[in-house]
Amino acid sequence: MVESRISSSSRSRDLDKLLLRPGNLVGPTFEPGTQLRDDLQEYARILVVGAGGLGCELLKDLALSGFRNLEVIDMDRIEVSNLNRQFLFRLEDVGQPKAEVAAKRVMERVSGVNIVPHFCRIEEKELEFYSEFSIIVLGLDSVEARSYINAVACGFLEYDSNDEPVEETVKPMVDGGTEGFKGHARVILPGMTPCFECTIWLFPPQVKFPLCTLAETPRTAAHCIEYAHLIKWDEVHSGKSFDPDNPEHMQWVYLEAAKRAQLFGIPGVTYSLTQGVVKNIIPAIASTNAIISAACALETLKIASGCSKTLSNYLTYNGVEGLHTKVTEFVKDKDCLVCGPGIFIELETSVTLKMFIDQLEDHPKLLMSGASVRVGGKNLYMAAPPLLEEMTRSNLGLPLFELMDKSPTGVVHVTGTAGKGDKRQSCLRKLRVAFKAVGIADTDMAGGA
Amino acid sequence: MAEPKTKYDRQLRIWGEQGQAALEKASICLLNCGPTGSETLKNLVLGGIGSITVVDGSKVEHGDLGNNFMVSESSLGQPKAKCVCAFLQELNDAVKAKFIEEHPVTLIETNPSFFSQFTLVVATQLVEDSMVKLDRICRDANVMLIFARSYGLTGFVRISVKEHAVIESKPDHFLDDLRLNNPWPELKKFTENVDLDTSDPVVHKHIPYILILVKTAEEWAKSHGGRLPSTREEKKEFKEVIKAKMVATDEDNFKEAIEASFKVFASQGISSDLKRILDDTCAEVDSGASDFWVMVAALKEFIANEGGGEAPLEGSIPDMTSSTELYVNLQKLYQAKAEADFLVVEQRVRNILKKIGRDPYSISKTVIKSFCKNARKLTVCRYKLIEEEFNSPVLPELQKYLTDEEYSVAVGFYILLRAVDRFSANYNTFPGQFDGGMDEDISRLKTTAVSLLSDLGCNGSTLTEDLINEMCRYGAAELHAVAAYIGGVASQEVIKLITRQFVPMSGTFIFNGIDHKSQLLSL
Ligand SMILES: [Zn+2]
Repeated sequence: MVESRISSSSRSRDLDKLLLRPGNLVGPTFEPGTQLRDDLQEYARILVVGAGGLGCELLKDLALSGFRNLEVIDMDRIEVSNLNRQFLFRLEDVGQPKAEVAAKRVMERVSGVNIVPHFCRIEEKELEFYSEFSIIVLGLDSVEARSYINAVACGFLEYDSNDEPVEETVKPMVDGGTEGFKGHARVILPGMTPCFECTIWLFPPQVKFPLCTLAETPRTAAHCIEYAHLIKWDEVHSGKSFDPDNPEHMQWVYLEAAKRAQLFGIPGVTYSLTQGVVKNIIPAIASTNAIISAACALETLKIASGCSKTLSNYLTYNGVEGLHTKVTEFVKDKDCLVCGPGIFIELETSVTLKMFIDQLEDHPKLLMSGASVRVGGKNLYMAAPPLLEEMTRSNLGLPLFELMDKSPTGVVHVTGTAGKGDKRQSCLRKLRVAFKAVGIADTDMAGGA
Repeated sequence: MAEPKTKYDRQLRIWGEQGQAALEKASICLLNCGPTGSETLKNLVLGGIGSITVVDGSKVEHGDLGNNFMVSESSLGQPKAKCVCAFLQELNDAVKAKFIEEHPVTLIETNPSFFSQFTLVVATQLVEDSMVKLDRICRDANVMLIFARSYGLTGFVRISVKEHAVIESKPDHFLDDLRLNNPWPELKKFTENVDLDTSDPVVHKHIPYILILVKTAEEWAKSHGGRLPSTREEKKEFKEVIKAKMVATDEDNFKEAIEASFKVFASQGISSDLKRILDDTCAEVDSGASDFWVMVAALKEFIANEGGGEAPLEGSIPDMTSSTELYVNLQKLYQAKAEADFLVVEQRVRNILKKIGRDPYSISKTVIKSFCKNARKLTVCRYKLIEEEFNSPVLPELQKYLTDEEYSVAVGFYILLRAVDRFSANYNTFPGQFDGGMDEDISRLKTTAVSLLSDLGCNGSTLTEDLINEMCRYGAAELHAVAAYIGGVASQEVIKLITRQFVPMSGTFIFNGIDHKSQLLSL
């Protein structure tokens, strides 16, 4: 009965076998049939973050995996060195926004697919933008960007009164990453599987050379390059900042590094190495990107349709010596600041928004300064841009309790810069606020609701 | 055209100019350009492969539009090979792309000599019978071959090459060649001139750990009858000895020495992997020997004579806390020894070449140098003929996989992937390929798989009903995401084979798209 609907002359000839036929090794929600196929086409909305090596592949893979509503966000423009793997771009596209060209090329070839490009920074988008998607797929090469999207997606997660995640608020993410012949793909179901932050140790910070080594005891070509880049540049070009994308700047660093290397008898300084060290270039090839993106796209299809089990939860691929793949089931950090139930803060009803923001700076788990505060969809205070700051400034003097419509408890999202010293970065945190006195009186009501 | 150096920058950082040159010289033949084949070639074309020849006899149908990015609405009814080839050419104008509208099976049956013109053949979506025939053809013509197949949520990749020797295997983690427990005379002398008891604290904290360890090891040997630490206790004590030499707590060089002390404890001489290569019968060379084996023969002589049981020195040292002067001089010392070792090996290579009647200079200095530098990491991969694996797999391995939970799904897919080919030979269709008769297909596939297993001498009851059902559900579907994965794996292996860098996979890679617990099976 089910099978009779599969048509061999249809565009979805192959995909139909997976979506229309029942199976035993499938997800718990799997309901095979044409309805499922049509729903995927009509209702599933997928955001691809990054339109680079992984992003190009992901858009193609998703467009050919039954999805029709795709969006892609990327702030970069196409460079010549992208062309060895970012197959949607041609030489004549160099300088164009990646997101726009990638979206256009896929739509040209796969009819029926609609891809909306967003040529901007991920931080520029409102939270609502991200909340609209069924699944967010990440094709990024930066830890910071992953961390940000992870926090946004986890921010949508709500917990019930038993601290169990509310299923409808789980925003699934699929994340991929590659380096040379190696890569990883992972599935993040916030609240259910570990989020990016739960296993942040998988991405150890890059080791920097101590400045005294660069200045006093250089030994390698990289030391000479970093000396020219980090110390000599500022000495010579007072006030002019170094631009890694300016070939003249790069050439200057290269020549200075070469001079220094000659002085100390150190071999190996080349222009290519100079670029590699200064820009921290990660080698990248088409094949690895293809493998990792395909794994991510397949998982996206499985999460959206239930047509098979999902990866649980972290896949590594290593093709350096033979071929090794491994699936690791990492566990959630129940105290995770990002995907956990949130940091609990108890406040007097008299605490003003300004006092609350000041408290965030001293809170040991937050250490957040310059915070903006949102409750539900409403901006209570925006630290930037100036126009919004001015518009929300008047709230600072008002009690937070009143700004939250005298609700005894609530979830507050704060964004600001956190961390210590030069490791500060923008971040988003979820707080669970309860007001003293009212909270207690209302417990029964909340329980009965 | 873009400056190729900039365009290929991100990959040149992996395989260098030599690897790139090898790719640009290679000619690849693709059999069947469904998504699996097309995606394999796409990754190679982007990287600047020399030339491609796409062989496919089919015309583009509606179904192809749903799984292959390289065909589009306007290609309907046209030769698939032509459309795919045109798209691939668009990706990189430096690649010579052509197509042949012909069914691969016909070529295999009627024109076996066709394949000898290629460096490597990528054969996708072939059934068992054609695979076996093509394998024989390529093996006889000395053409590298790689099979790739996507089938529902599974698939496989299998290399077939008689022998693939790798000099630049570039492993991620490999013990440095520092000779801390076996220093050559110049290193010994260099160490003697460094005073670990210097009263200058700045000098003391800038003595590289190589020197600290060579010295400490020597002292230890002197007081222990020539032996080095071997027991757990002794090793701990050795570290304490180093610690006692510290004069301040911030001496990174001593901390590094303690951390690196395991390099002193490492065994001397060559590894068992290298020994196996030296003992290979191919190392007894005659006029037909390849350059690689000639060099192995020279290496063997070197190790037995000048090397004193060691391979030629690699000649590089890792970065470590040190004064610039000591570090640079130490580096020069290692390089000088490596150069001296190389010259000896080179002479031996020339002598052997002469002895077997070849031009003594037919192997270049650069190649011999690279061989010496990588002597400890040489790798030789050999692949069975696929027919041999199909007819007589390594039974103990197969039985182990069948009973090992980690492997059960992968080996199940392996058997079923073969069973569907038997099925199609018998019934002219793959199980579940067309609508209707699913229940009958399931029971027929089960019978086929069980008889296949018993032909191999195994018990068929290990295959689960669920997996058999699943295989029928797939109905030979070629899903784009699975094809992109399989094609990605195949292209990565092609790159390793052609650049002769890194180590290609051994055995058969079975993709498990259900939970990604894919496996390599050595059968
Ligand atoms: Zn978390």
